[in-house]
Amino acid sequence: MEQVVIAFLCLAILLYFLLGGADFGAGIIELFTSTKNRSRTRKTMYHAIGPVWEANHMWLIIAIVILFVAFPKIYTTMSVHLHIPLAIMLIGIMARGTAFVFRHYDAVKDDMHWLYNRIFRYSSFVTALFLGILAGSVLSGKIDPNANNFADAYIFGWLNLFSVAVGLFTTALCGFLAAVYLIGECKTDEDKQRFIKKAKYMNVAAVIFGAMVFVSATMEDVPLMNWVVYNKVGLAAVILASLSLVLLWYLLLKGRTQILRVLAGFQVTMILVAISYAHFPNFIRLKGGETISLYAVIAPEKTVQSLGWALVLGSLLILPFLGYLFYKFQQKEE
Amino acid sequence: MDDFLAARSQMALSLGFHIIYACIGMVMPFFMAISHYKWLKTNNEVYKHITKAWSKGVAIFFATGAVSGTMLSFELGLLWPKFMEHAGPIFGMPFSLEGTAFFIEAIALGFFLYGWDKLNKWFHWFTGVVVGVSGLASGILVVAANAWMNSPAGFDYVDGQYTNIDPIKAMFNDAWFTQALHMCLAAFTATGFAVAGVHALMILRKQHTDFHYKSFKIASAFATVCALLQPISGDISAKDVAQRQPAKLAAMEALYKTEKPAPLIIGGIVDEKNKTVSNYIELPGALSFLAHGDFKAEVKGLDQIPEDEHPPVAITHYAFQIMVGLGTLMMFISFIYFFILWRKKTILNTKWLLKLFVFAIPLGYIALEAGWVVTEVGRQPWIINGIMRTKDAVTPMPGIAWSFYLFSAIYFSLSLIVIFLLYRQIKMVPVLYKSSNIDN
Repeated sequence: MEQVVIAFLCLAILLYFLLGGADFGAGIIELFTSTKNRSRTRKTMYHAIGPVWEANHMWLIIAIVILFVAFPKIYTTMSVHLHIPLAIMLIGIMARGTAFVFRHYDAVKDDMHWLYNRIFRYSSFVTALFLGILAGSVLSGKIDPNANNFADAYIFGWLNLFSVAVGLFTTALCGFLAAVYLIGECKTDEDKQRFIKKAKYMNVAAVIFGAMVFVSATMEDVPLMNWVVYNKVGLAAVILASLSLVLLWYLLLKGRTQILRVLAGFQVTMILVAISYAHFPNFIRLKGGETISLYAVIAPEKTVQSLGWALVLGSLLILPFLGYLFYKFQQKEE
Repeated sequence: MDDFLAARSQMALSLGFHIIYACIGMVMPFFMAISHYKWLKTNNEVYKHITKAWSKGVAIFFATGAVSGTMLSFELGLLWPKFMEHAGPIFGMPFSLEGTAFFIEAIALGFFLYGWDKLNKWFHWFTGVVVGVSGLASGILVVAANAWMNSPAGFDYVDGQYTNIDPIKAMFNDAWFTQALHMCLAAFTATGFAVAGVHALMILRKQHTDFHYKSFKIASAFATVCALLQPISGDISAKDVAQRQPAKLAAMEALYKTEKPAPLIIGGIVDEKNKTVSNYIELPGALSFLAHGDFKAEVKGLDQIPEDEHPPVAITHYAFQIMVGLGTLMMFISFIYFFILWRKKTILNTKWLLKLFVFAIPLGYIALEAGWVVTEVGRQPWIINGIMRTKDAVTPMPGIAWSFYLFSAIYFSLSLIVIFLLYRQIKMVPVLYKSSNIDN
């Protein structure tokens, strides 16, 4: 059952990055869209994510529940030392979620929309940035449980070059995912071209920030190179991610939107695999090279058993229903 | 403000807001499903309009409930890491099931809100029912987790170690049923009265009367039936608390001295320093009866409990008075409602009763918040009753006061926007639901 629980944890984190990430990306893209095209972008976006956005964010809940039930030590280490970025990310989640719903359900269309839109765009950006910063911090080796001053204990664990670079990289990836996803939702060629352009920019940004991640890893002594280059799976994942990028651009020019989405998702998955495979089953790297491994801190057997069953049975209920939701609202496009 | 107080205040604030959002999001789908059913059965367009109007409320409250709930799942760790480190594996079971229920609710809501004219009409109706049922299940599960804090079970606590963990036993602790029943009835009563009251106000203003009267009937039916059932559930809860948490019961009734028989006091001003209560109305033997079903039974007072295990008496007592007082008031309104309905068949022309419902709009929620204060403050100084103290669970991070101010600002502005949105939705009813051809 341990394996089942860990598999679900990985799945939930992955899906949150992909689906929630694309969702944040939609806001980020809106942020970087010129004013005259914004309302069109918004329409396409609403059309695409309206029915599914609530469900996309459930993966975060699933991940967090698995963490605190089965790996409480990891959950509490993060929530003590990464309190500040977690709180900022949460404020972002609250702000963008409510702004998104409010702007649709406000019965009067007036100046309030100016506010909702602003909140939605900026908080999407902030949420993605801090989600990335959190992911970076977990790997950064800067979290110091023995720190005796405020800054070391609660600030530098996440405010360091590596974490911020991962944050920016994540933001660009989210934008990229969203742009690729939205290309397939466009009704007119003009819109399509716009999103293709956005996807290009986001892709360039991701490459630049990705390079920054490697540079900062070297500067901050994060053994990223070891995980990615000197590990077979890590290396394979990086190569597959790069290959899929080439293929992706080829298909983009051909206008094959469905495969595009799959490829973009595949690419991001490979990136996550690359950075986490060699590191697994370690979850958090602490200052001084110590690590917290999933296996070392897993909850007592009975808890893991019942959590595992709950997840398996739950997904039997959820997945067909969720699949049908995506299917049904895809179908109406054609 | 010291960090411990700030952490408690922030938790109270977050839960205080979440409870309201979540209750509305959990109850309104049932109202919606009924009017939707009537629309499908009678083909009366008004019911379709009501369903659509309510579904917007559901969408708004589901979103706010979902984000504030996400917030809470992190806040447990952000504010109470020591608690979560030990309690997570024990009382996590209802949370993992709740994750599933919540997920299903989100999917079903996606179907429901975007499925008009796209799905088979009965499948569409069914998705609305699923929203309600899974929302209710989520509520029950979360309350079961809270009940565990009052009535810890499913583990052995030996020398500061938590061993022999059984999460299923922890979930089905002694308090889960009584607490969940009380909470669900409270949610239906509060939301029912609030919704009925808003529609009553619109009837009094003679706007779109048919629409509002049909809405009023559905909401008031739930509100009044649940308000009449609630005292029974309250009685079961009182007996339960008397047995398990005598300190909480004593604080609820400000019973400083053990008495046999013990009187029930109504109102009163608590003097925590001198451990006395003044200016109250006394019902002899009534507390003995409520707590133990016997007018002559002994009720444990705070004098039998070590001083460092006393909950804050004044807050618990006042909150309990408010809850019971308002609950009784809503029960009377319900009696009157059924009486008038029985005599006149309709209350459309009984203006004073409609006004009474308008007056009752906030009552259910005030009672609900007060009841929650009773259960949470009455459990202090424990976070896990008898096992772990709240002050030992708090985060080591300093500066929580700032976090509290920030989140207060966020929750208050969020609530203001929600109220503003609802006001606009209600104001727009005549425009939105006049003609028969409307879309979302």
